Amino acid sequence: MSERNKKSVIIALLIASIAALFVVPLLGISDIPIKVLLERSVEDKNYSIYWNIRLPRALLAFMVGAILSLCGMVYQAIFRNPLTTPFTLGISSGAAFGAVAFIIFGSEIAFLGLAKTYLSAFLGAILSVLLLYLLMRIKGGFSTFIMLLAGVAINFIFSSLILFLQYIADYTKVFHTYRWLMGNLGTYGFEKTATLFPFFIIGSFVILVFNKELNLMLLGEDLAVSRGLDTDRFKLFMFLLCSVMVGASVSLCGIIGFVGMVAPHISRLIIGSNHRYLAPASLLFGGCFMVICDLISRKIVPPSEIPIGIITALLGGPLFIWLLIRRGSNMMSF
Amino acid sequence: METFAIELKKFSYSFGNGYVLDSLAFKIKAGEYVSVVGPNGSGKTTLLKNIVGILKGSGSINVLGRDIVHYSRRDLAKNIAYVPQSDGRSYPFQVREFILMSKYPYLNPFSRYGSRYELEVERALESVHMTGFKTRFMNMLSSGERQKIMICASLVQNAKILLLDEPTTFLDPKHEEEINSILKKYNREKKITIFAVSHNINSAVLLSDRILSLKNGRVVYCGEARGFTEQSVLRSVYEKEFKLFDHPEKGVKMVLPEAVD
Repeated sequence: MSERNKKSVIIALLIASIAALFVVPLLGISDIPIKVLLERSVEDKNYSIYWNIRLPRALLAFMVGAILSLCGMVYQAIFRNPLTTPFTLGISSGAAFGAVAFIIFGSEIAFLGLAKTYLSAFLGAILSVLLLYLLMRIKGGFSTFIMLLAGVAINFIFSSLILFLQYIADYTKVFHTYRWLMGNLGTYGFEKTATLFPFFIIGSFVILVFNKELNLMLLGEDLAVSRGLDTDRFKLFMFLLCSVMVGASVSLCGIIGFVGMVAPHISRLIIGSNHRYLAPASLLFGGCFMVICDLISRKIVPPSEIPIGIITALLGGPLFIWLLIRRGSNMMSF
Repeated sequence: METFAIELKKFSYSFGNGYVLDSLAFKIKAGEYVSVVGPNGSGKTTLLKNIVGILKGSGSINVLGRDIVHYSRRDLAKNIAYVPQSDGRSYPFQVREFILMSKYPYLNPFSRYGSRYELEVERALESVHMTGFKTRFMNMLSSGERQKIMICASLVQNAKILLLDEPTTFLDPKHEEEINSILKKYNREKKITIFAVSHNINSAVLLSDRILSLKNGRVVYCGEARGFTEQSVLRSVYEKEFKLFDHPEKGVKMVLPEAVD
């Protein structure tokens, strides 16, 4: 694909994202006629549903999808491993542990308690990051291999702790933890959206700027070092940045799987591996994909909502396989 | 006082319990072509990786008169380019994109590989007769073509010193000759210091000004290239006898391949 075509794909994704962000909130259990917006019918309850419930939710879905997709892309590049996801290094299970511990032991689950769940989940994510960081410091370097294995081990430790907490807790709280773990974009007003916004905007900007370094990482550490990149420092920086971004996303919306692994792969199959184009494409595709998945999750069996993690896997899996068959695997070698 | 391109003083590198490189000390003059030879496992690749800063040992390595610990990564990359051993790794980039990445040390965080660098890439591809390969994918190239692109990329890095790890292994004689002549040309015309690991004793003797030979992590020979093909020197390095013959044009001794029954 020529440079011009790659730019066209990014512009098309940008237009699709903007359209999705503003059109998708019109659709739901009951669709909102566009004239309610055009005529500014403030007294119409649909007007309020659009601005206070559906639009913040669509924006939140977009940011979560973009964060998971971008961070998945970063991890796949720095670990040169196509199976890496934003959750591989244990950040999600750290966050889940924080949230589950709070749901089981914390008080006042309703109202203010919910905000404390976010905070507790975020602290859990930071705890897992610190644990991995300390392990690497003790080891005396940021070897990709050790980092991956240590991340997997941390994942297992936190998962076991979650199971232990669920085993000793009562059924209502256990059900509550399961619901949290399935991921949830439900929101009213812009509070959650505004909380995630700085993580999304600053993190994405930094990742887009570091596209040259991500390309060098794909050459392998020896070549990257010989071309002037301090790979240890870069890996550490990216690990911390992505951990904070993913930690914030998981804390607010739970664990939404699959998108972080598959969205960067699908983008890569469409636009190639050069991060100058791949990074914006992954951001926009991941965001757009999540908005669409959220719409499906709300539309498929009304009035109930299917957990979005199920939809991301059911929609992303076949799409990924179709692209793999059509485009071949030679474009996504690591 | 003469400034050397590369100078090692009491340099050691250990892994596990043993020394891979043991108290190395040698000097490489600017503009020299030096081949590094020796048996497998003698520490040749480890030596190159230490000079380029991928591995860190003890003692000192000076590059152009300055210890490498005082260079930033980018500054070191402006002075030393490195072509690693071919390991069949695939690079998911076009040839053009791959070569452009050699310009990384010259860019600031917000700048892009601009048109000035694109021109440099085109000129470099012309010099290795590979102009038509600009938009091909690295993964689609043959071993020989790929190796030429690797060397082309290292030349675009505009470094004064080029480290190569077995640049012609796995190549057919035609590609080997092509790559050797490109390296020799850059060494002569642009005065680039070349420090290349090789297993081909004959090529090393014909191409190099000097040969540095390692065995068990120590320097066992460092001197004129033609002096390396003395029976006593070869025996001390490889622990075997070689059949030798005189090169008809150059008048240097060459190693004759052994016939196996």
